[in-house]
Amino acid sequence: MIKAILIFNNHGKPRLSKFYEHYNEDTEQQIIRETFHLVSKRDENVCNFLEGGMLIGGSDYRLIYRHYATLYFVFCVDSSESELGILDLIQVFVETLDKCFENVCELDLIFHVDKVHNILAEMVMGGMVLETNMNEIITQVDSQNKMEKSETFIFQSTRQDR
Amino acid sequence: MALKIVKGSIDRMFDKNLQDLVRGIRNHKEDEAKYISTCIDEIKQELKQDNIAVKANAVCKLTYLQMLGYDVSWAAFNIVEVMSSSKFTYKRIGYLAASQCFHESTDVIMLTTNQIRKDLSSPNQYDTGVALTGLSCFVTPDLARDLANDIMTLMSHTKPYIRKKAVLIMYKVFLKYPESLRPAFPRLKEKLEDPDPGVQSAAVNVICELARRNPKNYLSLAPLFFKLMTSSTNNWVLIKIIKLFGALTPLEPRLGKKLIEPLTNLIHRWEEIPSLKVCHMLISLSSGMPNHSASIQVSLRGPLPINSMFVVLVKYLGLLAMSKILKTHPKSVQSHKDLILQCLDDKDESIRLRALDLLYGMVSKKNLMEIVKKLMLHVDKAEGTTYRDELLTKIIDICSQSNYQYITNFEWYISILVELTRLEGTRHGHLIASQMLDVAIRVKAIRVFAVAQMATLLDNAHLMTGNVQRKGICEVLYAAAWICGEFSEHLENPTQTLEAMLRPKVATLPGHIQAVYVQNAAKLFATVLKSQEGNTDSTAAQETSQLMIERLPLFVQSANLEVQERASCILQLVKYIQKLQQKDVEVAEEVIALFDGELNPVAPKAQKKVPVPEGLDLDAWINEPPSESESEDDQPKAIFAKEETKHSRTRHTEVDEKELAKVSWAEHATQIVYLYSGVYQEAPGVEHIPVVQIDLSVPLKVPGLPMSDQYVKLEEERRQKERVEKKKKDKKKRKEKGGGRRKKRDSGPESEEDITPAHMVDIVTEEMPEDFIISSQVLKVQMSYLCVFRPSRPLADSEKLPVRSHRAAEALKSPAEDGEAEAAASLEPKKKSSKEKREKKKDKEKDRKVRMNSYFLPGNHTLFPLANDLEASFSLSSSSKENDIQGNLQDGSQVVVSVIFENKCDSFLKSMEFNVLDSLNSKLQRPEGSGPHDGLTVPFQLPPGVSNEARFVFTVQSIVMPQKLKGTLTFIVKNEDSSTHEKLDFKLHFTCSSYLITTPCYSDAFAKLLESGDLKCSSVRLEGVSQPFHHLLARICFHHHFSVVERVDSCASMYSRSIQGHHVCLLVKTSGQTVSIDAKCDEPTLLGNVLDEIKQTFSQC
Repeated sequence: MIKAILIFNNHGKPRLSKFYEHYNEDTEQQIIRETFHLVSKRDENVCNFLEGGMLIGGSDYRLIYRHYATLYFVFCVDSSESELGILDLIQVFVETLDKCFENVCELDLIFHVDKVHNILAEMVMGGMVLETNMNEIITQVDSQNKMEKSETFIFQSTRQDR
Repeated sequence: MALKIVKGSIDRMFDKNLQDLVRGIRNHKEDEAKYISTCIDEIKQELKQDNIAVKANAVCKLTYLQMLGYDVSWAAFNIVEVMSSSKFTYKRIGYLAASQCFHESTDVIMLTTNQIRKDLSSPNQYDTGVALTGLSCFVTPDLARDLANDIMTLMSHTKPYIRKKAVLIMYKVFLKYPESLRPAFPRLKEKLEDPDPGVQSAAVNVICELARRNPKNYLSLAPLFFKLMTSSTNNWVLIKIIKLFGALTPLEPRLGKKLIEPLTNLIHRWEEIPSLKVCHMLISLSSGMPNHSASIQVSLRGPLPINSMFVVLVKYLGLLAMSKILKTHPKSVQSHKDLILQCLDDKDESIRLRALDLLYGMVSKKNLMEIVKKLMLHVDKAEGTTYRDELLTKIIDICSQSNYQYITNFEWYISILVELTRLEGTRHGHLIASQMLDVAIRVKAIRVFAVAQMATLLDNAHLMTGNVQRKGICEVLYAAAWICGEFSEHLENPTQTLEAMLRPKVATLPGHIQAVYVQNAAKLFATVLKSQEGNTDSTAAQETSQLMIERLPLFVQSANLEVQERASCILQLVKYIQKLQQKDVEVAEEVIALFDGELNPVAPKAQKKVPVPEGLDLDAWINEPPSESESEDDQPKAIFAKEETKHSRTRHTEVDEKELAKVSWAEHATQIVYLYSGVYQEAPGVEHIPVVQIDLSVPLKVPGLPMSDQYVKLEEERRQKERVEKKKKDKKKRKEKGGGRRKKRDSGPESEEDITPAHMVDIVTEEMPEDFIISSQVLKVQMSYLCVFRPSRPLADSEKLPVRSHRAAEALKSPAEDGEAEAAASLEPKKKSSKEKREKKKDKEKDRKVRMNSYFLPGNHTLFPLANDLEASFSLSSSSKENDIQGNLQDGSQVVVSVIFENKCDSFLKSMEFNVLDSLNSKLQRPEGSGPHDGLTVPFQLPPGVSNEARFVFTVQSIVMPQKLKGTLTFIVKNEDSSTHEKLDFKLHFTCSSYLITTPCYSDAFAKLLESGDLKCSSVRLEGVSQPFHHLLARICFHHHFSVVERVDSCASMYSRSIQGHHVCLLVKTSGQTVSIDAKCDEPTLLGNVLDEIKQTFSQC
């Protein structure tokens, strides 16, 4: 099970947080801060796994992260997930974002966090990996976006009518 | 007009969408909070609008604010509104917001049930999909119950997109509503063979999660997974399946065998894929197959190439896998020791932590120092307290594991602990402190060294208290103060340490530490007084008292009650002492008596080993307690009684049995045991309470030379020397400080050998059992290590670690005794002017007859009133004396006899001289330069009614024969008007049993001994023994220093060792009134004599 997925930048500003277990808002912020603290002090060329912090998890949990330019992608998972598998998943996630946003950069995530959520929802559902095939994910995301667009068009036309 | 205004405001507000909000926040870096609060106000306005589009936009913004840490639960109802929009765009926004901020206690969730049901059955697959995704995040038991059926229907939806989501969400439903598992399971199983790989993978995923919780129920699916494993090409699915098998194999061993072939095939298949993937699989393999050696062979191939590849990821995973393998196959990991040590140098903390975990299972006596040295280097280098603390606990864990079994040199360990105290800001001060106490108490030989180190710590206490950051470490001072106080006799410069303990700075320490400081300052004070009174100059002693009186008021004012109480108590005492000093009264002896008594480690479970005497009901009250409170009142009484026995023998009679029995046995049995030892002579009825048992079967772990078992002793010593040399090198490198202590430390090798006999006794008595116990403990610890990943210390602790609180029961020790060493050494020419007649026969005149009992108390043990009676009778015209002879300390050829002199007459006795006529075999040890017939002066005088004890050392050549030594005691009886010289003759009877030392032995060792074939056999029969078998055993244990190895019904095997290392094994059988004893020993003469003595013991009763 995946317990949480966090994306934050080099300064610890959250860009996306998805918790699959309920915490109140303050705890969530603390977890993000703590995770950032743990992850950011690590060198570039060390391994991508570390034992979870105090707040999230415990001995059974591990943080698996990847650093892309200005962003950290962190997954907190328990021992039923394969470490390298999750690392792969992060890669798939980022590649998918790249395809969907066309050369994704931090700004895309800042302004379109809802879209990022929608993409993520096609990969991970309720803490379990739903789909790892990038093409499948993109197909689903695209067709949902198409649907949205058609609706927005209708909506906009109704608005103009008013 | 009004409509226009409304419309305009809608448009304006509507323009501010999520992007505008984000932009706005970015533009208001200075007053972000303020900006956001105005935004929230706007959002609240928007939510009041009827237009769903406006609401959805507001909810979308709220979702963003929620991520920034703002509570948006107040908008829950609006979120539900947006969720129920008919448009996918808004619905999605609503469900996203709900998944982010709804949880079980959100009350509007129950409003959603019908909406969700509607969405689930929507013709649009994305409506359904979005509902499932949202539901997966906030499903509650109620929702799960109400919707389980709908979701189950979806599991066979025509669209794979829906199917896979429905299958996956079932896991969440099972968690919240377990009853759904049974009806849904067949369909779930069916989905394992779904044509769509996504659905298949979802089903595998769900079953793996389920199996993690309860693998047993999923064994029946094994064949299905078997098929999947060979057919599937999806790596995700394969990993999951292998993990699943990992959970299943422990339950069904046959699976392991079956798996080998497909697994090897898989590995061959993967070997062509890039290396990372290979490792990936191997790791999952190794974690998956912990239980089958064949699979282990396969999986171990993983870590091997991994470590040479220097891929950090893989290194980490390799270590992780190793820790899993270590649980089942420690050997196969141990061969990678060097690699793991290398990993400690890795710059990656995660890897180092993993490696640390592994180290615990890999240390041995050989490599402990090396490993710890490495760890110490890391401690120095480490940044960040977390890792450093982790290191510290690991070092201590590694060293103290299995009862210090890997430590060969405790001086080294103490200095490691002292070094650790220099760490900045560690939280583990108390851990270090407890280790220091533990080692100092349990390893006698180390005390001198430990005390010196602790004194330095106390001296430098300001280094630890100065910084607030270092709060945790000041716990160490607790241990330091206590050790310095308790073992103050080893201090080189007690005055200085006393001064250090009374510094005003101490008042800044936490209360419990101050309390220990005060108490131990008093102990130190006693020691200082004693050393100073020896000098002719009495001012020094008075100065010390003055120092105490000046400094203690600081503590009397302490806010901590404990400190206050102790300080005022001690202050009064010191004031009183000062008064006495001014009158030139020598008080040191009395002061020191306050803190007299040896501290002995007793295993926590030792008490259980004391068998309950027959007919004694521990739960019954002998005197019905009038009330609850009364029963508590008894407690101090008993303690008081105990104190009395300790200090004055004349009071023994006051401690009658009744009073003892008042103490609730179950709670205070320990005290009673001590008490019995004190009243032993007065209460012959309780004579055979087998007090001895404490030592019989309880492993007291006080090894000076841990684990050095006799068979490999020589080799061990050689290694020891090597190690000491190595250690010296270490020390020079690491420790430039502490030059003053260097000379002591450097004498490492000699300290092992020429350490006091007491130390040797420790080893002799402990050696055998320790070895065997440890081997079984190692097993136990390893077992627990297997079960719980972090070895469960408590379990081991409860079995082995001693309780520190027992004052020893050298209960008869009297104040003057401390002087005995010097006294025994001083020699005066012997004056023979005996006047009185003596009768050397055993005719007993009732009044005057005096019995001499000898107690052999082997070194460190609590009490061991063993054996033999030295019968001698005297008749004295004017005075009578009671002489108790206690044997203490024994080593290869030395026996110490303690004699207690009691003056029973009304006159003052002085100038006592003790002399024994040496035989060829046994000689009284006299100071150098004195002749073989000179007597030894007893170093005290005896006022009427007073008793005191002196010790004499004998050298014994051969111990195979019992012998009697004749001796005389001359003394001057001083009356008010006259003084006369008198003389007392006595006989010391050294029985063979008294040369035996109770040595616990374990049945496997015992069996080995019997098999070895170098023991001679002998046997004896006792007729007409009517006492119960356990009494009989207890008597043998008690009088002849045996320990019971094993007892089966009416048959028992017993073991003992002589001081010269002869093994004596007994097999005692009883049938009716006949007892037969078959015995084996490597020295037939000794055996014969011991058997004769046993026979005699039983003929007497």
